[in-house]
Amino acid sequence: MALSVDDVARLARLSRIELTDQECADLAPELEVILDSVAQVSGVADEDVPPTSHAVPLTNVMRADEVRPSMGVEAALSGAPAAEQDRFRVPQILGEDA
Amino acid sequence: MSEAVLDFDEVMANFDPVLGLEVHVELNTASKMFCGCATTFGGEANSQTCPVCLGLPGALPVVNASAVESAIRIGLALNCSIAEHCRFARKNYFYPDQPKNYQISQYDEPIAFDGFAEVEVDGEVFRIEIERAHMEEDTGKSLHIGGATGRIHGASHSLLDYNRAGVPLIEIVTKPIVGAGEKAPQVARAYVAMLRDLLRALGVSDVRMEQGSLRCDANVSLMPKGTTSFGTRTETKNVNSLRSVERAIRYEMTRQAAVLTSGGTVDLQTRHWHEDTGITTAGRNKEEAEDYRYFPEPDLVPVAPSREWVDQLRTTLPEPPAERRKRLQSDWGFSDAEMRDVVSVGAVELIEQTVAEGCTAQAARKWWMGELVRRANEQQIELAEVGMSPAQVAQLQGLVDAKVVNDKLARQVIDGVLAGEGEPQQVVEARGLAVVSDDGALTAAVDEAIAANPDVADKIRGGKVQAAGALIGQVMKAMRGQADAARVREIILERLG
Repeated sequence: MALSVDDVARLARLSRIELTDQECADLAPELEVILDSVAQVSGVADEDVPPTSHAVPLTNVMRADEVRPSMGVEAALSGAPAAEQDRFRVPQILGEDA
Repeated sequence: MSEAVLDFDEVMANFDPVLGLEVHVELNTASKMFCGCATTFGGEANSQTCPVCLGLPGALPVVNASAVESAIRIGLALNCSIAEHCRFARKNYFYPDQPKNYQISQYDEPIAFDGFAEVEVDGEVFRIEIERAHMEEDTGKSLHIGGATGRIHGASHSLLDYNRAGVPLIEIVTKPIVGAGEKAPQVARAYVAMLRDLLRALGVSDVRMEQGSLRCDANVSLMPKGTTSFGTRTETKNVNSLRSVERAIRYEMTRQAAVLTSGGTVDLQTRHWHEDTGITTAGRNKEEAEDYRYFPEPDLVPVAPSREWVDQLRTTLPEPPAERRKRLQSDWGFSDAEMRDVVSVGAVELIEQTVAEGCTAQAARKWWMGELVRRANEQQIELAEVGMSPAQVAQLQGLVDAKVVNDKLARQVIDGVLAGEGEPQQVVEARGLAVVSDDGALTAAVDEAIAANPDVADKIRGGKVQAAGALIGQVMKAMRGQADAARVREIILERLG
């Protein structure tokens, strides 16, 4: 699987990770090794093995629609870097719309 | 900043509109989609949150069975196929309205797909193809601080309340709606109205557009007449009333037509609807296709509704809207034209409830389609929001039937009810609106009118009964309208007979 430097730059942008051109160039072959390793699974799996997204073969794990106690405002905000008016305070959001 | 627009007739002479509607419905489950936090509207900020809906490390979401049930019932009511096996997916993005940096949604495997619904506009039936209905979770609410208008632009920072984050949401997406022509804005409105009624009948949502439990995003594009490939679309977000759906689409058609006619190109972009000025303004450009890096949600196992469950849910569906309308029209004895008007102003449920309160269908129609729709139009609000309940309308008609008030006084009773003065009966008492049923007082007023108009009285004595009208008018005036005209007439004829 070929992963270009541009692919890495794009992924970095989508992930909000700041990378220099050199870092993108270095990461491309490294990430490719990981992708190739994972891709080997496809080679092992026969056509009669459907793709899975979960480690255990379960379906329909559901809960009844019942209200359980919430954790409380103070606890909810306790891990927040900043809070104001009982709300999570986040930096200015630029370039993205509500 | 408003842009150039083309006259609507001119738009229609040159272009065919193509619409795509995405409607988000908040379900009315007691708890959230993936955790047990309450979904109640208006709670203290962040009081309805927990490790799951805050996306704290190690928390595991578990699907709300009622939400899945509602999703399936919505799918079935829209004539969709129900997936035998479907998964949730992570939609990754960095906007802080989700604390997790992703929203749990469905991507390539929606729970319901390939359905249709029919709507009627001016007697013409349009079939709307439904692409999909999928399950997801709602976002939190942002408060932008420091900007001049509370909007995101110019804000110094934002405050997040995650009470709504994780509330079950169903997104219903249409296939492109082509061929509606000049009726496209009305078809869109009728579709959203139909969905609202259907969802209410299903009992799965409180469908209050003003509170955001039903929200519509409208995709609009134009193609030059005679062509068949779609133009570039815009997506107008969060159009939050039925009236706005129609207005926003109409506006966007006239704006895009002006751009295209002057040789420009429509930008693929998100636009914002402004209720007050009736225009849309540009939001984010979508030149770079949205890239959410969807992948299957590893914390949730697939949903595989058994066919038995689906069949059982099918038996719980309400009567389909079209059949229901036909039945009600026949029960009420309304003509096709009368029923069409009732449907178009959204009075079906109101009349049904008024009739259930003991009013006749004709009387219920008279009030809702006359005095009340007039007032709703004046205020540019929905009929259901006019401020008078079906029970109050039935009570008002009861007062008319009992000859406590006449139609003219009844309108003043409506004034009082809408002004918050209480129930119709209370308004009658507080404002002293009851007609004078005391024959003594009426007779005195009649005698006065006869004495003041001897020539008219002579005519009536001479057999010209229709001349009584002039005297009735005088008596009604003297009684300040608070008399039963038919009784006044009887008394006049008795006195002069």
